[in-house]
Amino acid sequence: MALLTETPARTPSAAAGGWANPSVRYAVKRTGAAISTFIFVLIFNFFLFRILPGDPVALYTRGRNVDPESIRALEAKLHRPIGQQFLEYARNPFTGNGPSVKYNQSVWEVIAPALWPTLLLVGTATLIATIIGVWLGIRSGWNRGERFDVISSNTTLVLYSMPEFWFGMIMLIVFAVGIGPIPGMFPTGGLSDPGVDTSTPAGWLNVAWHLFLPVTTLAVIYLAEYSLIMRASIIEERGQDYVQTARAKGLMDKMVRRQHAVPNALLPTMTLVFLNLGFVVGGAITIEYVFSIHGLGSLTVDALQGPDVPLLQALFLLFSGAVIFANLVADLLYGYFDPRVRT
Amino acid sequence: MTMTQPTIEDANAAALGARDVVKARRKASRTRFTASFRQNRSGMLGLTILLIFIAVAIAAFFIPASSLDVTQVTADPFLPPSLQWPLGTDDSGRSVLLLVAKGAQISLLVGFAATMLSMFIGTSVGIVSGHYRGMTGGVLDRFTDWFLVIPYLPLAIVLATVLGRSLLNIIIVIGVTSWPGTARLIRAQTLSVTARPYLERSKALGAGNLHQMWKHVLPNVMPLVLANTTLAVSISILSETTLSFLGLGDPTAISWGSILEQGFAAGAISQGAWWYLAAPGICVVLTVLAFNLIGRAIEDILDPRQETA
Repeated sequence: MALLTETPARTPSAAAGGWANPSVRYAVKRTGAAISTFIFVLIFNFFLFRILPGDPVALYTRGRNVDPESIRALEAKLHRPIGQQFLEYARNPFTGNGPSVKYNQSVWEVIAPALWPTLLLVGTATLIATIIGVWLGIRSGWNRGERFDVISSNTTLVLYSMPEFWFGMIMLIVFAVGIGPIPGMFPTGGLSDPGVDTSTPAGWLNVAWHLFLPVTTLAVIYLAEYSLIMRASIIEERGQDYVQTARAKGLMDKMVRRQHAVPNALLPTMTLVFLNLGFVVGGAITIEYVFSIHGLGSLTVDALQGPDVPLLQALFLLFSGAVIFANLVADLLYGYFDPRVRT
Repeated sequence: MTMTQPTIEDANAAALGARDVVKARRKASRTRFTASFRQNRSGMLGLTILLIFIAVAIAAFFIPASSLDVTQVTADPFLPPSLQWPLGTDDSGRSVLLLVAKGAQISLLVGFAATMLSMFIGTSVGIVSGHYRGMTGGVLDRFTDWFLVIPYLPLAIVLATVLGRSLLNIIIVIGVTSWPGTARLIRAQTLSVTARPYLERSKALGAGNLHQMWKHVLPNVMPLVLANTTLAVSISILSETTLSFLGLGDPTAISWGSILEQGFAAGAISQGAWWYLAAPGICVVLTVLAFNLIGRAIEDILDPRQETA
């Protein structure tokens, strides 16, 4: 992988004052980059739906019967000078494009109740995937080429080549509907049975029962990615001089791995968990759709059919904002734990 | 890089012109590459799988249109696999085997075409932003950073919604959303190539920017582009499957993703029609796996450090 990683160019620090402190400079630089990315997304999100040839009104009303009065209102709104529209949007990017067309509610009112299911699903799956993935990666990378590694690497490579929603559908058909001798054991969708109070312990159990298949699906797909990275990272560390030194001191293999190689190899993998949020978001969208969980992902699929443009724009902004923020956190953490990157 | 090392052929060809030397050297490195690839078992496995699917896609041109027309098929819907229907039938009685074979065409076509577009943008942006250090390079680099961070699927969904559903549009959507990784990689390689003495020599001899990028940088980043291309095709095919599954593909074309979409919408899950969903999915997994295996084999050959690590 050495070819694939860009080594940061060392620049001589010439500045003075607080700016001379590399940590401060690094943090300010990364934050500035994140803000510039978000501004780009804001502008992109606005103009994408307007600079294309054709009438934006047609895009906002595509696939729906809209009464002439609403069309006139929309025309009055969308045919104003573009600068004026942009100012209104910039003042409130989430609701600046108007209410959701499909739900006839403000975009925020539609999105808010969908936040929790997504966080619950994605959070649980990421946590499980990280733990198992890191463990798999360490074990197979440290004993590279042995049977465990061969089986684990080949399995993860196959999982890595799999569309996550397809794996979800197969899980559903096997474990929820039942196939051959296997009876249907799990619910086919949703977050809880209708009429169940999810604030009681019995209700939590019901939710856990419903989440079992989607969380397993997502976790299996995510852990393939994490274990591949962890494996590459541990292989890289295993060849380093300090590991050789630790061995030469006569430390047991287990100690060398736990005390020396793993702490160093963990760092890139941990930041990757944050950096990968974009990939995680993609998985959530299709998995929620397949398992009919009413989170942000299902809402996105709902918004693109129609399409419900204001809702779609708000969701795009929300997803991008979350990923940009997670990237910034990853950058800052990396800079804190590994001073070498603060050049 | 294997390509820059002087070889015996160089010495023998010293009497010939410079162009012949270059030609001989490239041929030698191609031969070396082919020989190493032949010895890479997983790479050869990937290539075999890929060739089988390409053969299937070509054979699918001979499927009569009537056997895929819902109004002209006579079989019962949701028939499980049997001798007559090796992979069962779909919700309107079409053979899943024929559907999947036909789907190979669009899936491979979109996979290749989108990757070409993505590689073209990524390589150009990477080389230009690595070559010009001033404003141009900085702006392009920033631009790459922005696109790298924006989550892929939401971006693709928004673009596909705005552009509308068609074969060309899905290629454009995948192409313009997947280039930043390549640009990053190529930029880093360009920076390291630009630092080499022979580029300074070429500059001293009066080579223009275009000549430097085209004649010196590009041939040096090409092996990397090649390795990246095979890996990128796998991502393009997965993206096509996902976007088609979400209903953003060409509504008239049959691809593995659109078969899955139709199966899901027709209730194949509650019908227990596993063959309907399993077949296109397995095709996707095998094809993507094939490209991943080939890509990794190329990477291993180009970067021998990995083997000894």
